[in-house]
Amino acid sequence: MQLFPCPFCGPRSESEFHFGGDAGNHRPEGFRAVTDGEWSNYLHARNNPRGAANEIWMHMTCGEVFRMERDTVHHRVARSFAPGEGDGHDGMAH
Amino acid sequence: MVFSHGAAHEAALSLVIVRPRKRQRRAMTRHYSAFSLFKEGLRGQKGWQQAWRSPQPKPRYDILIIGGGGHGLATAYYLARAHNIRNVAVIEKGWLGGGNTGRNTTVVRSNYFFPESTALYDLALRLYETLGRDINYNIMLSQRGIITLAHSEAEMEMAARTVNAMQINGTDAELFDAKDVRRVLPLLNVSPQARYPVFGGVWQGRAGTARHDAVAWGYARAADRLGVDIIQSCEVEEFLVEGGRCRGVRTSRGEIRAERTGMVVAGHSSHLAAKAGFRLPITSYALQACVSEPIKPVLDTVVLSPGTGTYASQSDKGELVIGGALDRVPSYGQRGNLPVLEDVVSGLLEMFPSFRQLRLMRQWAGIVDVTPDSSPILGESPLPGLFLNCGWGTGGFKAIPAGGTLLAHLLATGTHHDISRPFDLDRFARGRLIDEAAGSGIAH
Ligand SMILES: Cc1cc2nc3c(=O)[nH]c(=O)nc-3n(C[C@H](O)[C@H](O)[C@H](O)COP(=O)(O)OP(=O)(O)OC[C@H]3O[C@@H](n4cnc5c(N)ncnc54)[C@H](O)[C@@H]3O)c2cc1C
Ligand SMILES: [Zn+2]
Repeated sequence: MQLFPCPFCGPRSESEFHFGGDAGNHRPEGFRAVTDGEWSNYLHARNNPRGAANEIWMHMTCGEVFRMERDTVHHRVARSFAPGEGDGHDGMAH
Repeated sequence: MVFSHGAAHEAALSLVIVRPRKRQRRAMTRHYSAFSLFKEGLRGQKGWQQAWRSPQPKPRYDILIIGGGGHGLATAYYLARAHNIRNVAVIEKGWLGGGNTGRNTTVVRSNYFFPESTALYDLALRLYETLGRDINYNIMLSQRGIITLAHSEAEMEMAARTVNAMQINGTDAELFDAKDVRRVLPLLNVSPQARYPVFGGVWQGRAGTARHDAVAWGYARAADRLGVDIIQSCEVEEFLVEGGRCRGVRTSRGEIRAERTGMVVAGHSSHLAAKAGFRLPITSYALQACVSEPIKPVLDTVVLSPGTGTYASQSDKGELVIGGALDRVPSYGQRGNLPVLEDVVSGLLEMFPSFRQLRLMRQWAGIVDVTPDSSPILGESPLPGLFLNCGWGTGGFKAIPAGGTLLAHLLATGTHHDISRPFDLDRFARGRLIDEAAGSGIAH
């Protein structure tokens, strides 16, 4: 069992967390026409990196959404932080 | 008997060593049969030939295949057999079948919901039915049937819908009631007090299991015999892109060029796709399985419970082969974590309380390539000249003969076979998903 660090609750069991996708995957917005390719890229394409990953997670116990940087091969967590903290960019889909 | 006497045996051996020319003239045994087994028994098992060569990579091939799992090896075999293209290499970073092909729980079936899926998976099952003869290798196909349980009235209605769809799509299916289930699963907990009571289920009699290593090795041996080079311990690191086309690969053992390249690397598809300059609708997860100690025959069908999320069968050795859901965390760590293993085992004990005393012997995981609609991706990639066979996720062992046939067709002709067309990557932009996750509630 792995512990993930919720920025609000601290280290908790992996089974309390839900994967929310790549950080920085922004929904195409505005009034311009969005092509099929752009939609599909946003909806379906994934970074799915082997190694360093930058992701959005939800801690289902407190209901908060946050960012986590971890390695997908050995599962070490580099850091996790609340939206708007860290690199100053929240990485969330707006 | 000559060999019953030790001295005579040694004398015969030294004769062979002193006169090597005579030994070379002795025919090597290549064909596997009861007769060749008998003949080799008399010869002291000395005439068996290596199942495949280990050649040095050539600088150029007509077609390159990345990944020596079942799908890659089958692709090479069908290129040579069905399309007479034999200047082909399979490049494998580790050993043959060391990926998911050698880690899976070997269930073969075609009980899907959509017509496109039935066409694909039933082609595979039909090819499996004659594969042992076609490639002269015993793949130990055992069509012992699969029962997918229904745990409520509502699930029985969905089961009836699935059976109807399967029959209309042209494959075998039967709706089982609780009595039928008890007949095929005498040890199943059918108490009305069970956490997941049993109302019936979907039965597919042609489903079953096959030996996973034998499928990989059988295709490898048959492809090698037709002239395909199988190159192990050779990792693809980069793609050679010239004029906007894939012209081959750079590997840990140098550059290898080819007009067309097939990428068949399962859970590592996104990693290689990034090197080719595109992203895929794939997330990689660990999928675990485990086996119990071997016991006398107690389970002679495959059983899957959508309620507990566990499925099981019994191997010829007597081990219970047990699997369940994906791990929750996207991963390339080929291990698997404890929470899911606990769920899977508690599901098994809920279904079969008498298995409580069994010891678990081994647990392992493979990295599977999961798509949003739980259907595979077959077709040319965004980089022209590079073709994809991936996205089989938790269920591509059953599809190996079809995946190989269809990618061989794509690589040989540059165009889709009718059965692979709906599975092109373009379905995501066109919105024509083949959603088996919703359709048949697929687990595996
Ligand atoms: C625990 C478990 C249980 C399963 N149970 C079932 C089941 O019961 N029924 C079923 O139908 N399916 C099942 N599956 C799924 C099935 O195993 C896979 O879908 C199928 O084996 C995929 O075959 P493949 O040839 O595409 O991939 P693999 O067998 O994984 O082969 C891909 C190969 O590519 C190689 N490779 C990767 N990167 C490179 C590179 N850069 N250069 C060179 N080579 C590379 C890898 O080493 C690997 O050998 C299960 C999977 C797992 C993990
Ligand atoms: Zn929290």
